Amino acid sequence: MSTEKYVYMDQAATTRISDRALRAMMPCFTEDFGNPSSLHGAGRDAEAAVEQARARIAACFHAEPSEIFFTSGGSEADNWAIRQAAALGAKKGKRHLISSAFEHHAVLHTLEALEKDGFEVTLLPVHENGLVRPEELEAALREDTALVTVMYVNNEVGTVQPVEELGRICREKGVLFHTDTVQAAGHLPIDVKAQNIDMMSLSAHKFHGPKGVGALYVRKGIALGNLIYGGGQERGRRAGTENVPAIAGMAAALEESLEDREAKNARTRAMQRRLMDAILQIPCTRLNGDRDRRVPGNLNFCFEGIEGESLLLYLDLEGICASSGSACTSGSLEPSHVLLALGLPAEVAHGSLRLSFDETNSEADADRVLEKLPGVVERLRSMSPVWKEQHADQQSFGEKRE
Amino acid sequence: MAMTYSEKVRDHFAHPRNVGTIEDADGVGEVGNAVCGDIMKMYLKIDDGIITDAKFNTFGCGAAIATSSMATEMIRGKRIEEAEKLTNKAVVEALDGLPPVKLHCSVLAEEAVRAALEDYRSRNGNRSGT
Ligand SMILES: Cc1ncc(COP(=O)(O)O)c(C=O)c1O
Ligand SMILES: [Zn+2]
Repeated sequence: MSTEKYVYMDQAATTRISDRALRAMMPCFTEDFGNPSSLHGAGRDAEAAVEQARARIAACFHAEPSEIFFTSGGSEADNWAIRQAAALGAKKGKRHLISSAFEHHAVLHTLEALEKDGFEVTLLPVHENGLVRPEELEAALREDTALVTVMYVNNEVGTVQPVEELGRICREKGVLFHTDTVQAAGHLPIDVKAQNIDMMSLSAHKFHGPKGVGALYVRKGIALGNLIYGGGQERGRRAGTENVPAIAGMAAALEESLEDREAKNARTRAMQRRLMDAILQIPCTRLNGDRDRRVPGNLNFCFEGIEGESLLLYLDLEGICASSGSACTSGSLEPSHVLLALGLPAEVAHGSLRLSFDETNSEADADRVLEKLPGVVERLRSMSPVWKEQHADQQSFGEKRE
Repeated sequence: MAMTYSEKVRDHFAHPRNVGTIEDADGVGEVGNAVCGDIMKMYLKIDDGIITDAKFNTFGCGAAIATSSMATEMIRGKRIEEAEKLTNKAVVEALDGLPPVKLHCSVLAEEAVRAALEDYRSRNGNRSGT
């Protein structure tokens, strides 16, 4: 299923829809096209498609169907969970929120907006390895903490947070725990009960489902406020006619992703090792994020002396699609907040490269990256004044660089 | 929201002109800083008030590399007085434009040329030619 046009190593940005998910969607456009709220047969068929998808998605996480609320994606689910959990807390005079320093902007910007509304936010450090420490969460919890939200897998460096333990600490203190599982769902097993998760955000396009659809899991008994007022869809909490094809596609993609997950992960893990070992041979290159406690399909490097956007553009010229946390790719002057949270100096953080891959990538994809990347790094360094100043001695004497 | 560069920018980025250093340069200018993500270093050879050679080294994004390349092309063979009038606007126009968020990267090219000419003048007692 790898697209021949490119070597696609940007699966954390989005994925190609799987054939099975696409097949599941098609009848919802053409046959079961009714409005799920309608009483007639066409409506009932569409409603059945939505409810079946809800049940199947819930089963993947050991949740109840009534605990799944469809949204337009991960960002919406994050916004909904955090804003409404904050509102719940505020009713009881709790105006303190805890998160981590390297959350997705869907979380961080929502928290910033709440700060302007008078909430107080504590961001837990993620340290050099990109991991939140449970004891630091314990120390940060207060009487007036309304919500803790920590992502399951970081989207840039792929580190896997100790969600079960974070959830247990929150449960013991009676504080709501939300986790953004956008980069974890479909890749790692998730059990909302065993892992003490109160709320979690999902997005279909990260596991070979369609874009523009996701879900929020809300544990039964949490009286989370509504997101959109209107009709009675999503039990009145998120009004608007359901995106039936996308919902059906999401369920099919999720189930497919989780089939033979261990075997797929083992294969992806092997590709990760191979790429990592070879790329770390490039001089003055570092791996960002913990070496072992990361998802199998993520690698993130910094190459000293070069800037990330130009690295991406040169890889693009070779037909390789990847991503970077450089400032110039985002249109701001600050490099990635994730890499800065890991403690990297700004000038190093500018030169980052994220490769994200999965079972749909072939060994030939990895071959191509390994064939092209060292030359591209070399070429950019040869025109970099920063690199030349730092490595003037090695350059002129042709000595090996450390 | 993908950023699209013009064909000219892509060309100058993929095949930058005048990359390198000049050992016995008459003027050298370095601007920008690594914390912001773009650094440009410009080397000029000047003969009889005319820029006979210009080379650059750049650490930066695609726009930074393309504007460095274009700026060196635009000042080679020019008199110092003309080169001093080079603006980032002219460089951007010669590249058929840049995405708005990238305009700040193009300012460096203008500044690097100025800095190299300044260096030349200070070495030569502020005379405009030799
Ligand atoms: C960790 C994380 N959270 C949230 C999102 C946003 O998801 P969506 O694109 O579905 O809004 C993403 C994807 O970019 C993500 O990686
Ligand atoms: Zn730039």
